[in-house]
Amino acid sequence: MDKVLVVFRRELRSYFATPLAYVFIVIFLVLAAVFTFQVGGFLERNQADLQSFFRWHPWLYLVLIPAISMRLWAEERNSGSIELLMTFPITLWQAVAGKFLAAWCFAGIALALTFPVWITVNYLGSPDNGAIVAAYVGSFLMAGGFLSIGMCLSAATRNQVVAFITAALVGFIFLLAGFPLVLDFVRGVLPQAIVDAIASLSFFTHFDAISKGVIDLRDLTYFAALIGFWLAATALVLDMKKAE
Amino acid sequence: MITIKNLSKRYGDKLAVNDLTFSVAPGEVLGFLGANGAGKSTTMRMIAGFISPSAGQVSVCGHDIEKAPVQAKSCMGYLPEGAPCYGEMTVGEFLDFVSDVRGLSGELRRQRRAVVIDRLGLAPVVDQVVETLSKGFRRRVGLAQALIHDPQVLILDEPTDGLDPNQKHEVRRLINELSKDKLVIVSTHILEEVHEVCTRAIIIANGRIVADETPTALEARSRYHHAVSLRFEKADELAAARREITLLAEVAAIESNERELRLTAIPKAGANVLSAVGAIIAKFDWDVPELHLESGRLDEVFRSLTEPSVGKGIEQSAAAEL
Repeated sequence: MDKVLVVFRRELRSYFATPLAYVFIVIFLVLAAVFTFQVGGFLERNQADLQSFFRWHPWLYLVLIPAISMRLWAEERNSGSIELLMTFPITLWQAVAGKFLAAWCFAGIALALTFPVWITVNYLGSPDNGAIVAAYVGSFLMAGGFLSIGMCLSAATRNQVVAFITAALVGFIFLLAGFPLVLDFVRGVLPQAIVDAIASLSFFTHFDAISKGVIDLRDLTYFAALIGFWLAATALVLDMKKAE
Repeated sequence: MITIKNLSKRYGDKLAVNDLTFSVAPGEVLGFLGANGAGKSTTMRMIAGFISPSAGQVSVCGHDIEKAPVQAKSCMGYLPEGAPCYGEMTVGEFLDFVSDVRGLSGELRRQRRAVVIDRLGLAPVVDQVVETLSKGFRRRVGLAQALIHDPQVLILDEPTDGLDPNQKHEVRRLINELSKDKLVIVSTHILEEVHEVCTRAIIIANGRIVADETPTALEARSRYHHAVSLRFEKADELAAARREITLLAEVAAIESNERELRLTAIPKAGANVLSAVGAIIAKFDWDVPELHLESGRLDEVFRSLTEPSVGKGIEQSAAAEL
């Protein structure tokens, strides 16, 4: 466990050693504000909740999370430092877990910095703060989901641009799977059980429930299983093509 | 102690490393030689546990690298080819990170950090970001990283590649200092290095071992082993010497360089050319400002072993020696 922490600390610090962290946080906050106030019509809605804030998170993450995840392994591969990391006396799992947790923690920091919007809504009215906490938890879990996908795809390449694009693409598929438009389309061809299975794979289906303040064990299990799956896939990809 | 048994690595249908078996004992400095692409780095990477062998076993300090990778890696220091590093960290941060990963703590940690910084002359750059360092310093940071836990086994993949002559000398001195109680494997394609640091040399070609001897024994395989080289002042004396020395019974062949007025007399197997040539110089009273006895040319042995086309000549001369 302490080895995970060592990898975690190095990784997290490396985000802040380059302008990446600051640029990312600023863009994330600006976009979150634009979507909430301009597109989402937070003030016009006249409702004391953060629906217009959280409903854009899947789309923000779709574009911004791959920017965090793309460097996780592609950069190590490109600079050759992966050879150092893999010959230190740590297990592959410790390396994967440490790096993932650092990226997730960084995404968490960016998310936490949106707190002024929470203060705003409390200043303007009296929202259900329990529901808002739940939505933050859901958003954080979804960020972890996007990150785990991006991390696996980053492990497969040494090119960060490729890692970014593939992560955004796979993330997009995971989002779309829950859209009525897509589901109506496949409903015509596939049996209902498979349609339900596809729908249940989507971030939207699970995030939607949590963002309304309902924390269901099934949704938590979904995100945990999703992250677990993609981390295992990362370890597998690394093991298969470490030296390439 | 490193034991390697029937080690092979296959990439597709290409066999990069083909059935290597050897062992290295503490106190030995093994030079691992081979042309580019001969399988040096692949072998080093398998020993260090970065890539898995297709077949065979590697055991480091009694731990199998596949079955007990963490224990095996703990007693090893490894400098990968090109000395990769985390560029955005400062030298100090990077060394701290490696100490943490290696589980160093307390007084030992402080002491080891100070020792490697001092030994590798990193004091002036401790607070500098690795990315901004010169190639020589980066290589030294790589070495510091490999040494920080005072490992029993050191695997260095081309530690002097790209360094200037002074830095090369420094690194060789360091390896010589270390080698007293440790086991070092150094890969290189710089042959002069072999003589300076190695107690033993393995040459591989196409993934196979083609020689495993001391550097001196390798040199003895050269057709230049115990050859005599002379330099003349006058061109007519060189021409005369060519004629006279060729006639000597001990001499197998003669090579001369008209521009530098040099002449090399290659001996027949086991023959002593030096005294014969010395006698003839005295007899004709030539002006010879330089004369030396060659111990053999490693680059020639290396080429003959790794390039089959050059090999024919040396095999014949080796056969003649026997």
